[in-house]
Amino acid sequence: MSNTTPPPLRARYGERSEKTHASFGGIEKSAALGAKTGPDFAGIAGSAEFDELRARLKRFVLPMTVLFLALYLGYVLLAAYAPEFMAEPVLGNINVGLLFGVGQFVSTLLITTLYVKFAERRVDPEVDKLRETAGGGQR
Amino acid sequence: MNTLAQQQSPLGDTSPVVNISVFAGLILLTLLIAYRASSSGNTSDYFAAGGTFSGAQNGVALSGDFLSAASFLGIAGAIAVHGYDGFLYSIGFLVAWLVNLLLVAERLRNTGRFTMGDVLSFRMRRRPVRAAAAVSTLFVTIAYMVAQMAGAGDLVALLLDIRSGTGQALVIAVVGVVMVFYVLIGGMKGTTWVQMLKAVMLLLSVSLITLFLLGKFGFNFSDLMHRAAENNPLGEGMFAPGAQYGENALTKLDFVSLSMALVLGVAGLPHVLMRFYTVPNSREARRSVVWATWLMSLFYLCTLVIGFGAAALVGTETINNAPGGENSAAPLLAYEIGGTVLLGVISAVAFATILAVVAGLTLTASASFAHDFYANVMRGGKADPTSEVRVARITAMVIGFAAILGGILVNGQNIAFLVGLAFAIAASANLSTLVFTLFWKRFNTSGTLWAMYGGLGSCLLLMLFSPVFSGSADSIFPSVDFSFFPLSNPGLVSIPMSFLFGVIGTFVRPRSADPEDFDAMKVRSLTGIGARDVVY
Repeated sequence: MSNTTPPPLRARYGERSEKTHASFGGIEKSAALGAKTGPDFAGIAGSAEFDELRARLKRFVLPMTVLFLALYLGYVLLAAYAPEFMAEPVLGNINVGLLFGVGQFVSTLLITTLYVKFAERRVDPEVDKLRETAGGGQR
Repeated sequence: MNTLAQQQSPLGDTSPVVNISVFAGLILLTLLIAYRASSSGNTSDYFAAGGTFSGAQNGVALSGDFLSAASFLGIAGAIAVHGYDGFLYSIGFLVAWLVNLLLVAERLRNTGRFTMGDVLSFRMRRRPVRAAAAVSTLFVTIAYMVAQMAGAGDLVALLLDIRSGTGQALVIAVVGVVMVFYVLIGGMKGTTWVQMLKAVMLLLSVSLITLFLLGKFGFNFSDLMHRAAENNPLGEGMFAPGAQYGENALTKLDFVSLSMALVLGVAGLPHVLMRFYTVPNSREARRSVVWATWLMSLFYLCTLVIGFGAAALVGTETINNAPGGENSAAPLLAYEIGGTVLLGVISAVAFATILAVVAGLTLTASASFAHDFYANVMRGGKADPTSEVRVARITAMVIGFAAILGGILVNGQNIAFLVGLAFAIAASANLSTLVFTLFWKRFNTSGTLWAMYGGLGSCLLLMLFSPVFSGSADSIFPSVDFSFFPLSNPGLVSIPMSFLFGVIGTFVRPRSADPEDFDAMKVRSLTGIGARDVVY
C-alpha cells in the first residue's frame, strides 16, 4: 500500500470541452496539460504495487522488443548478404526468402496476440486496482 | 483521338473520357457518402480528445491512414519490376507496428491529449519543445505528402495518358490544388469517415483481385510466379532478394538503411500518433493497433500477389513504359483483368486513398503548427481561436504548395521509395525523443531539443547530399553533382545519430528534468490516472 493518502481526484473527468466556436481540425486553446495538480503521482510511483506492475511489464515488453527487432534485423541481413540462400527453392518457385518473409508476418501477428493476452490477463486488472486506489476515473 | 497516342497507350484504344468518368463518378460518390455519414449523428471530429471511436473503428481508420498510395501503388509496382526486393517494403511497414503496440500507443494515449508535442513537452520546458515538435511534424508531413502528390499525379497521368513532363507537372499541380482545396473547405468533418470507407474499399478490392489472380492460376502461387518471371527481364532473378539492391556493398548497405527507416519510422509519424487520441482510453488504443495490424497483414500479403500478378499479366516492360512508370502497375493490372470499369474503380480507390491520407496529413501538420507553435509558443497560450484557425488554414496552404512543388520535382520516382525517406525523417526526428522521454529519467529539455533538431538536421542534410538530390540519372537534379553521401536512405546513420544527440544534449546540462514530473509521467503513461478525457 502506498504510505501517503492520495487526495481525491477532482471532477476533472467530467470536464469535456464544449466546442461552440469556429474550429479548424478541432484546434482549441484548452488543450494545455495540468501535470502539477491532481493525483499523488509520487505516492503511486513509490508504491510496491506500481513497482511490481512496471517490473512485470518490463519483463514482457523488453525481451519481446529485442526479439522482434532481432528477427527483423536477421531477416534483413540475410536478404542483403545471403541472397543465394534466400533463393534456395523449397516448393516449385517458392523459395526460402519468400517463406522467411511470410514468417515475419506470422511472428508479428504472434507477438501481437501474445502481448494482448498478457496485457489483458496480467496488466489491466492491476491498472484497475491502482486506479481505484487513486480514487477516481471509474465512470 | 490521334493514332500515335493510341499506339503508345498501355490502355489500348479506350478513350480517356470513359476512364475519367468512371473514376470521377466513384470519387464523388465516396465523398458524398462520407459527407452524409459524418453529418448525420454524432460529430466525428478528428481531433476530439477522448474521441468516440471504438478500437475496431479506429483500427480501420488507422490502417486507412497508413495504407497510403505508397503501400498500394508503390509496393505493387516495386514487386512487379524488381521482384522480391519490393516485398521488403511490405515487411518493414508491417513489423514496424510492433513498436507502436509494445512501446508507444498506450503510453501516448494515457499521457497526451492532442498532439505529439503534448507528450514530448510533458516534463520538459513547454515552449521550446513544442516548437521543435511542430517543426519536425511539418518536415515529416511535407516529405510524406510529396510522395502522395507524386502518386496522385502519376495516377491521373495514366488515366489521361499524359506523357510529357510538363503535362504531368500540370496534372500534379491541379490534383494537388484540388486536394488542398478539399481540406480547406470542410473535408475535416468527413476525414475519418473517408479514411474508414477507403480502407474498406481498398481491402475489398485488393482481396478480390488477389483471389481472382490466384484462381486464374489454379491457386498455385508458384505458377503465378513462373509466369511473372517470363514477363520480367530479371527472369527467375526476381524471386530472390538483390535485384534492386544487390549490386554492390554500398547498395546492400542502402537496403539495410531503408529497412531500418521503415521499421523505426512508423512510431514517429505524427498523423499515425494522432490517431491514438481518437479513442477513449489506452485499451481501445491497443485494440486499434491490433485491428490495424491484422488488416495490414492481409493487405500486404495481397500486394505480394498483386505485384507478381502485374508482372505476369501486364508485363514489366509495359509497366515501365506507361505514364507513371512503376506506380501504374496496379491500375494496369486492374485494366488487364477487368477492363475500363475495374481500372476506374481501382484508380478511384487509389485516389481516395491519397485524398484521405493528404487530408489527414494536412490536418495533423496544420493543427500541430497552429496549436503547438502559434498558440503555445508565439502567443504563450493566449491566442484567440479565430486567429488560430487562420494560422492553421495558412499552414495547410503552405504545406500543400510545398508538397505540390516537391511532387513535381520527384515525378517518376517510386512512391514507396519516397515514403521511405519520410520514414527516415520521422524516425530520426521523433523516435529517439519519444523513447527517451517515456523511459529515461535523466532525459531533459536540452536532450529533447538536441535529439529532435540534431536528428532532423542530420537526416535532411544527408538526404540533400545523397544521390536522391544530385549526381545520378534519376536524381531530382540530374545535371549537377554535389552528392558525397552514398546512401539514398539516410536512416542507418541519422537514426543512431539522433539517439546520440539526445544523450549528449542531456549531459550538456547538469540537471535532469523535474523528477516529480517523471513520476507523474510514469504513473500516467501506464495507468491513465490523472489523464484528461480518459474514459473507462
